[in-house]
Amino acid sequence: MIPAGALAMTFTVNGTVRTLEVATHHTLLDVLRDQLDLTGTKECCAEGECGACTVLVDGRSVNSCLMLAVEADGSEIATVEGLASDGELGPLQQAFLDKGAAQCGFCIPGQLMSAQALLARNPLPTVDEVHDGLVGNLCRCAGYQQITEAVLAAAESVNR
Amino acid sequence: MSPFQYARPDTVAEAQTLLAEFGSEASLLAGGTDLLVDLRGRRVQPRVVVDLKRVAELTSGIEEADGALRISATSVMTDLTEDERVRHYYPALVEAAAVVGSIQIRNRATLAGNVCNASPAADTVPALLVYGAEVTLTSLSATRRLPLDDFLVGPGETVLEAGEMVTAINLPIPSRPAGATFARVTRRRGVDLATISLSCLVDSDGTTTFAYGAVAPRPFLVRDHSGVLADRGADERDREAALREMTSYASPITDIRASAEYRQAMLDVMSRRALDKAIDRLAAA
Repeated sequence: MIPAGALAMTFTVNGTVRTLEVATHHTLLDVLRDQLDLTGTKECCAEGECGACTVLVDGRSVNSCLMLAVEADGSEIATVEGLASDGELGPLQQAFLDKGAAQCGFCIPGQLMSAQALLARNPLPTVDEVHDGLVGNLCRCAGYQQITEAVLAAAESVNR
Repeated sequence: MSPFQYARPDTVAEAQTLLAEFGSEASLLAGGTDLLVDLRGRRVQPRVVVDLKRVAELTSGIEEADGALRISATSVMTDLTEDERVRHYYPALVEAAAVVGSIQIRNRATLAGNVCNASPAADTVPALLVYGAEVTLTSLSATRRLPLDDFLVGPGETVLEAGEMVTAINLPIPSRPAGATFARVTRRRGVDLATISLSCLVDSDGTTTFAYGAVAPRPFLVRDHSGVLADRGADERDREAALREMTSYASPITDIRASAEYRQAMLDVMSRRALDKAIDRLAAA
């Protein structure tokens, strides 16, 4: 048993193996933002309703606010920072820009990660499937139409 | 969140030893989608959080054994909706598991957690009830298996005793054709608790079973043994009366999601639709 306090853990974040000490009562979201400076992932409702904190854990999208960091020991994490490579935006990011899907931008990292998970299991979704795939991500700017268009455009650009 | 000790046992026995040692000051962590919200809100402040996700006996997933499908305590909603056997035998459960929270929630939330949290509005419970689910409970001294109907007591309350934990949910494999469905009313499409929920199962022996959620202190079962509900050719007034008797056992309350009157009215409407769909499914089975 680990006493209240810190635990050493190792996980892979965006392809890089990281070993660090985390507080047992800190969430995955806390550790990503405050210890690894990956501030793309956002904290908002902190109860699993809004999806701003969405990251992928072993390929599945999760609310990182509802998961203790220690639960991710040994896992592979993907955050929004991992979507771009060599300074080039990923297809989803580019499509979000092209379609004007980012307004205030706060929800966008979560939207992108849910969209990433959706396209991984369904490379050419219908409009309804995009709506279902992003049902756990709220946008207070109400940019849903542009977000949906962006996901469809990204799917098309990748599969063309 | 207040600090706590964290334990990651490898066996059920180790987890139970911790439960015995810490009693009510231990919180079990399976999916965490309810627990983390309560921890952050300081509604629970355990001395130790016991993470069950690496317990060998609880990570066996979904297995067929002794005429039942055994769903281990760490199986999440996405595991259920993706499993071919669950999809084949228990379509109403798949329909329920597919609308729990959001995709992110379904990737973490466990079936056992949904049952143990004992919310009157727990999405999966009506479907589990009509399929005759049983709950396996173990402590250091004993293991017992109870019908889910006998496990639930009231809001947030089950028959779990100190030192006991749920290790699996068991679903009997149907021995004859049946048609079943799940339905619910919510205010919006995703991430909402049920205003009402229900499951209907029409058995080929003529029995019709309903389970209703969010209209009583706990989800509950009602049955029509007369065969009148399952028979579309029966007198329409008799069928209407039988259906009203089913929904008359509900005791809905008024809260932020709906008034008691709206819940009762929707229960009648949705029961009728669910019955029709279940009969169609039985005919297609």
